[in-house]
Amino acid sequence: MTERLAVRKTYKLFIGGAFPRSESGRSYVVTSSKGDFLANASRASRKDARDAVSAARKAFPGWSGATAYNRGQILYRIAEMLEGRRAQFAAEVAEADGVSGKKAGELVDLAVDRLVWYAGWSDKISAVRGAANPVAGPYFNLSTPEPTGVVAVVAPAAAPLLGLISVIAPVIVTGNTCVVVASERAPLPAITLAEVLATSDLPGGVINILTGSAEEIAPWLAGHMDVNGIDLTGASPELAQKCEEMAADNLKRVLRPKTADWSADPGTGRMTAFLETKTVWHPIGT
Amino acid sequence: MFEYAPAPESRDIVDIKPSYGLFIDGRFVDGSGTPFKTINPATEETLAEISVASPEDVDRAVKAARKAFEGWSALPGSERAKYLFRIARIIQERSRELAVLESLDNGKPIRESRDVDLPLVAAHFFYYAGWADKLEYAGLGSKPLGVAGQVIPWNFPLLMLSWKIAPALACGNTVVLKPAETTPLTALLFAEICQQAELPPGVVNIITGAGETGAAVVGHPDVNKVAFTGSTEVGKIIARTVAGTSKKVTLELGGKAANIVFEDAALDQAVEGIVNGIFFNQGHVCCAGSRLLVQESIYDDLLGALKRRLALLRLGDPLDKNTDIGAINSAEQLAKIRELSNIGAEEGAERWSPPCDLPDRGFFFPPTIFTGVAQSHRIAREEIFGPVLSVLTFRTPAEAVEKANNTPYGLSAGVWTEKASRMLWMANRLRAGVVWSNTFNRFDPASPFGGYKESGYGREGGLAGLEAYLDV
Repeated sequence: MTERLAVRKTYKLFIGGAFPRSESGRSYVVTSSKGDFLANASRASRKDARDAVSAARKAFPGWSGATAYNRGQILYRIAEMLEGRRAQFAAEVAEADGVSGKKAGELVDLAVDRLVWYAGWSDKISAVRGAANPVAGPYFNLSTPEPTGVVAVVAPAAAPLLGLISVIAPVIVTGNTCVVVASERAPLPAITLAEVLATSDLPGGVINILTGSAEEIAPWLAGHMDVNGIDLTGASPELAQKCEEMAADNLKRVLRPKTADWSADPGTGRMTAFLETKTVWHPIGT
Repeated sequence: MFEYAPAPESRDIVDIKPSYGLFIDGRFVDGSGTPFKTINPATEETLAEISVASPEDVDRAVKAARKAFEGWSALPGSERAKYLFRIARIIQERSRELAVLESLDNGKPIRESRDVDLPLVAAHFFYYAGWADKLEYAGLGSKPLGVAGQVIPWNFPLLMLSWKIAPALACGNTVVLKPAETTPLTALLFAEICQQAELPPGVVNIITGAGETGAAVVGHPDVNKVAFTGSTEVGKIIARTVAGTSKKVTLELGGKAANIVFEDAALDQAVEGIVNGIFFNQGHVCCAGSRLLVQESIYDDLLGALKRRLALLRLGDPLDKNTDIGAINSAEQLAKIRELSNIGAEEGAERWSPPCDLPDRGFFFPPTIFTGVAQSHRIAREEIFGPVLSVLTFRTPAEAVEKANNTPYGLSAGVWTEKASRMLWMANRLRAGVVWSNTFNRFDPASPFGGYKESGYGREGGLAGLEAYLDV
């Protein structure tokens, strides 16, 4: 009796709700923390990045126009789907980071809880960040936060699941759509997360995930004229400076890299970084 | 048109010195650069000689601000508030003097500097004075950033100064501010007001000069916060300059706002709003309603009413209380307005101005309308920053939204309709930081102002305006 040969998974990109290979046909070897071969991941190209931006732009009117309640429901649904695949994610995190099974399970739990936390923000951030402004005249005057648009996200190299969730959730919960460059070293949990997203009622294109070299892909996104913001959390200082300079071409909102403790209370900063304040005036009269 | 006798505001109230130094560490000192002259754009006469701050002078100003930061940030908020209240009161007391000086140096009608700019300046200091001891209730913490480097434009010189200095000081920061090259005088008078208010030396430093001086402020390594109002072009340079640093930045830049008039709008009110939208302050307004989008069915009626109204505008001496349209701020700006207007005509749009005598001296440009404008025309895409309106048409609300948003800018927009649900539907879809419905060009210190997209980032005014000056 020979041992059954495992059926391996092909890790592809996640663009517009579909799972294409990189148009470049390239892949790269992903290894465990011990150096064992895990998979050949897709190595996304400039063309893939541009396709992902198009998908994110296309999804923006629907997602930003959805009710806050609906967006909250969908984020909560993602958390439910993630919880249901806890064992699979724990195994991937353990392999990627070389942590114990117990620790990996805790990291998955934190990721699920973070999603639930952000899900609840969808219909509360306007109350916290909006305002009824008492102007000196007969005018109704209201400020509300609105999503910036399409946001590029360079996910942290460490914490391939918890860090990833912690940067994506605050961007999309407010109505932005995004293109994420997953951890180059440990991209597999990101693609498995895409399988969760694909089955969570999340409209295609709201989250697009690229795997490959951040050094290569991030500058294309930073210089892309149809991207409105960029989160450089996972970029090295040199890459972050380069991307921030390129982001100036269309004055993208830039979130600079900062060392983060992913288990700490995230605060509202990652949401507000990609929110605009819109103020509407109307005269009051009979 | 009625004939009015001239009603000039007296300029005797203003005492302009022959030359001005830099205001650093509470005192006026000479600048090391080659001084320049600031002129009255309505007469081209020289008003005063202005110092130029070299990079070394900028460094001295930043050092003074840094030194002052320790004490200023440690003051109880209630004490900082009292300084700001004092400043607000002195501005009110000296408001006529400031208004005349502003009109002299900038060219804007005294009616606007007196009735719009100055009341808003005082109100802005009052508003942020009240925040200084209430920061912990705003939910943004109460930790200041440090030294703020602020560079402001020439279109609302003192108003932009108040938008920059009031929130910065309320939050406990100290300031190095550079007014625009062509309009330094009210900022330098403000320096005297700081002395009268006995503001601690170094808390506010005012340095003058051109782009190089501004670049030295923005690029100074000991500046923690950069606030800029001006062109999108310079805003992008600033965004590149601060890349890779820890400097916090807010940018309030250009615009190409759509002013959208639906067929059910109150026509006379809409005409007043259109005129206010583009001819207020000679169109030197980043949020000006420079693209008029008219629903096709009312096009003829609206254009007829608008042209009749424009024929009543009075252009001339900014100090005359009857003047609606004053002088263009500089020869350079006048040349830019002329160039883009000529391009508009060359590209096939139809140009119209009311009969309008221009003064023999000074920089003036008649109120101008272009009809038959296509979205691809440069006058529909580029900020002219002058009294020039481009008129386009639309049929459906969806088309209006698409055309309004078809610009890299996103500062403001106007919507004229009597139907509330349509107004709110439009307001939701317009990608702009301020939406004026059935009004235009309203400002208030309690109301956040700032743009989407290439109109910049960050907000000034309201609670949102505190975030720019706090370490959140």
